[in-house]
Amino acid sequence: MNTNKLSMVLAFATITLTGCRKDDYIIPEEEEILPPQTVTTVEGFYLLNEGNMNMNKASLDYYDYATGSYRRNVYGEANPGATLGLGDVGNDIGIYGNKLYAVINNSNKVEVMDVKTNKRLQVIDVKNARYITFAKGNAYVSAYDGEAQLGDNSPNGFIAEIDTLSLDIKRSVKVGRQPEEMAVVGDKLYVANSGGYSPPNYERTVSVIDLKSFTKTKDIDVAINLNRLKADDYGDLYVSSRGDYYQTPSKLFVIDTKTDSVKKSFDLATSNFTIVRDTAYIIGSEFSYETFDWKINYSLIDVKNETLLVDSFLPQSVIDAIKTPYGIAVDPVSQNIYVTDAGDYVSPGTLYCIDKNGDIKFQVTTGDIPAHLAFKVTTTTQQ
Amino acid sequence: MYFYKHKRLWVRVSMLLSLMIFSFLNPAFAQEIPGNSKDSLDTIKGFALGEVIVTATKAKFALASPMPVQILSGKKLEKLNSLSVADAIRYFSGVQLKDYGGIGGIKTINVRSLGSAHTAVFYDGMSVGNAQNGQVDLGKFSLDNIESIELYNGQKATIFQPARGFFSSNTLFLKSKAPQFSEGESHRLKTAFKTGSFGLVNPSLLYQQKLSPSLSLSASSEWVKAHGRYAYNYRKEGGYDTTAIRQNGDITSLRTEVTLHATLGKTGQAHLKTYYYDSERGLPGAIVANRYHHVQRQWDRNFFVHGSLYNSFSKKHHLLANIKFSRDYSRYLDPDYKTNEGALDNKYYQKELYASLVNQYSLRPWWDISLATDFSLNTLTANLYRFPYPTRYSYLGALSSHLKWERLELQTNLLAGYIKEEVKHYQQGDNQSILSPVISASAQPFNTKDFRFRAFYKESFRMPTFNDLYYTFIGNSSLRPEFTTQYDIGATWMMETAGFLQSAAVQADVYYNRVKDKIVAMPSSNLFRWTMLNLGEVDIRGLETTTDLGFKLSSNVFVDLGLNYTYQEAIDITPNGSTHGDQIPYAPEHTATLTSSINWENWQINYSFIYTGERYSQKANIPVNYVQPWYTSDLALNWEGTFLKLPVKVGAEVNNLFNQYYDVVLNFPMPGRNYNVNLSIEL
Repeated sequence: MNTNKLSMVLAFATITLTGCRKDDYIIPEEEEILPPQTVTTVEGFYLLNEGNMNMNKASLDYYDYATGSYRRNVYGEANPGATLGLGDVGNDIGIYGNKLYAVINNSNKVEVMDVKTNKRLQVIDVKNARYITFAKGNAYVSAYDGEAQLGDNSPNGFIAEIDTLSLDIKRSVKVGRQPEEMAVVGDKLYVANSGGYSPPNYERTVSVIDLKSFTKTKDIDVAINLNRLKADDYGDLYVSSRGDYYQTPSKLFVIDTKTDSVKKSFDLATSNFTIVRDTAYIIGSEFSYETFDWKINYSLIDVKNETLLVDSFLPQSVIDAIKTPYGIAVDPVSQNIYVTDAGDYVSPGTLYCIDKNGDIKFQVTTGDIPAHLAFKVTTTTQQ
Repeated sequence: MYFYKHKRLWVRVSMLLSLMIFSFLNPAFAQEIPGNSKDSLDTIKGFALGEVIVTATKAKFALASPMPVQILSGKKLEKLNSLSVADAIRYFSGVQLKDYGGIGGIKTINVRSLGSAHTAVFYDGMSVGNAQNGQVDLGKFSLDNIESIELYNGQKATIFQPARGFFSSNTLFLKSKAPQFSEGESHRLKTAFKTGSFGLVNPSLLYQQKLSPSLSLSASSEWVKAHGRYAYNYRKEGGYDTTAIRQNGDITSLRTEVTLHATLGKTGQAHLKTYYYDSERGLPGAIVANRYHHVQRQWDRNFFVHGSLYNSFSKKHHLLANIKFSRDYSRYLDPDYKTNEGALDNKYYQKELYASLVNQYSLRPWWDISLATDFSLNTLTANLYRFPYPTRYSYLGALSSHLKWERLELQTNLLAGYIKEEVKHYQQGDNQSILSPVISASAQPFNTKDFRFRAFYKESFRMPTFNDLYYTFIGNSSLRPEFTTQYDIGATWMMETAGFLQSAAVQADVYYNRVKDKIVAMPSSNLFRWTMLNLGEVDIRGLETTTDLGFKLSSNVFVDLGLNYTYQEAIDITPNGSTHGDQIPYAPEHTATLTSSINWENWQINYSFIYTGERYSQKANIPVNYVQPWYTSDLALNWEGTFLKLPVKVGAEVNNLFNQYYDVVLNFPMPGRNYNVNLSIEL
């Protein structure tokens, strides 16, 4: 009798509590309607949110100019079969032809998707991959870990050349330690080496790769701990040094690709920048050991005359609102500025759109650590 | 210069201590003191060496404590299918175990959402800490030689304890099995063997020897080896459904302890303990898309020697002295992080010297006062770039008063701490001086002794860890301590009858906690350079209930039933935070546990159930951060009796009976159904 009572209590408790687990569905995308924009050759853009490391929360947002529709977290629903989604730490994004490439650093892969549907076309395994750039039908991916290509114990990184039709790695070349961003000028690929894994023995060079032979032809000595690298329309490269976070401050250098040597430098803390037409838009921050706080700067450089402009590119209200400036992109046609705030890195960030007159067009909540933008351009390429 | 200074201090401290010990042991000195009677030992025994509470009175003790206490000991502890202390404490109310999964996965305790650095862990009366990261891995403490686990919200309800016992927001006491000899017995030997899932092989040995009427020795050793592999599954409705095997979760560890127990004169007690733990494990890592295998490894070596001495020189006076020296080594190897010198290979060496002296004096039969003073010296050395080589000197004092009448107990403590930081290079952390009050009371409102009210108010803090202050690129030497304030009101009730329901004990508490200046990692616009800041503020309100019932079904069938439930709102109230008003990460609103056992002659069946409600893996309470509730059922069958005249215990366990796949910490999958058999024989 009493045993029955007891087992009933037990059964009841178990049933009540087991009722609490919901069916676990793929988290659907969320849509927000923002002001539309004039469609030019640019139709919209993808935003890759990095997600904090080990959280597996890299995510993809899409903003459509014509409708003003901002779709947050579009990858999961488009790819229900992709185990654990897009992955861990989205480090770079690019569009080439009708394919969208996302470099997912801690997932050791480049995810290739259809640019219209976001559906997976291919996963290319690249260990500790960092950045991607494109030229002449190929994608170039920089990666820290050359285990497969260079042998188990090499501290050097490499660059993989991926055929954008077959999506196979065709060739690879050894570069410096912990290579970061790349740019192609003519037949040469330039990559910034950081050496960030072995402080204080940082790398100081930009490696130059001849695209035809896919071999390294030289190293240009610049400064320690290089990171970002972009080309302007005048045959120059802008490359940022992170400094050592202590005595050596972050700086921005200009390399002349005709002579492959440094021709100028700006004492400007640079953590991210973009070059559109004749302007470089720069965000930087510097840690002060006196105030234990960060000093943030939003600067402009006229790349034609290579001069620092006095203006900032953001209105004061946005400067005040942004806690952690992170991503920057400028629409090449409308010259609207997109800047992201990564906040505290572990909560959703914010994307701001500012027009060329400095007025805020909109702001929208993104995924965690909004970072990298790729504009979707009307194209006739068959890639 | 640096070394020289150290040496002088070490010499000074050790001289002081030898003087202290000498004065204890010197019989001439002791004899001069009148009133060394036997009863003073007996009355003090209840709290003298910290953990000598007789099992039978434990329930009553818990109910009279002005601060909530939960105890698992003896038989009750054996009924839980637990390999380590970490598994067992999941059954306490108000506890979240941060469990990275598997046998080798790190397991830390978080009580009432204050954060894991706010629970001090004591092993046989001695605090075991980690000045480097503030975390104590409870998975390291095997239950094999543990006699009891006690968790106090606030502090242990005695004023006769080392100052460290008063300084944390919560305290967890682990007590190892002490020698207990029956008449005419001079030694005991117990061997046990466990094996099961994850390739577990776990032999252990406990040896106890009576050396003389006043001296006994106990030695225990245990070896754990497991490959740590298990299947896990991640799936979404209408989407992917992937099963994989957890890799790189292997562990090999050896623990050895030797303890000497002595009685000194009529009232004195002393023990000397040496402890050594050595392990190598794989770090299975976070499971993320396209990455199911990690290669990082970790080695740990912990050594300490701890001496404790209790004596009483008069009926009114009691003295407790403790000294400890510990050395901890830890090595982290990451073959994927390729530096100029090869794979990243970090080595950390910590040393601690700790000394404590407690004096208690009875002013009146109803009024005791005590003064506890602690000194500790911590150093950390590491082969890291730009490492500052910090040293920390901590001076802690607690002045306490305990008023005790038949129906009212009132305890007040005033805690004072001064912490001095020194570094060999770079920026030094700020010195801190802190004063915090504690007040607690227990009252019996009615004539019956079975019902009591209790309440406490406590302010405490935790120092920034060495990692918080000095870790290269992350540490911020201008950090302040993290402060907590706790309020608690509760009631306890118990009854015993001779009927079907033999005993019932209920505890219920409501509490309000506040965390200020919470130390959080904040990024810059550069992933390589985070900074620790005193940024967070948390507001925690909760309700905890604990119920223990004992039933007698027939003359030889007994049933025990325990039910715990916790409701908790732990809200982020950081000013200007984007997640203001959200529940903090990994704090479920609802948690519940059920433990039950049926005893019939030599047989025992245990069933236990744990429920942890929905949580969020990050600060924002949004769908992408949602973590599913989890609940597991464990079942065990034990037989205890004699075989070939030897006392034998055999058991078989099934854990996670319904094979639920779940994560406690996001992307660290927990094992599904797993099995275990164990055998122990006393020779």
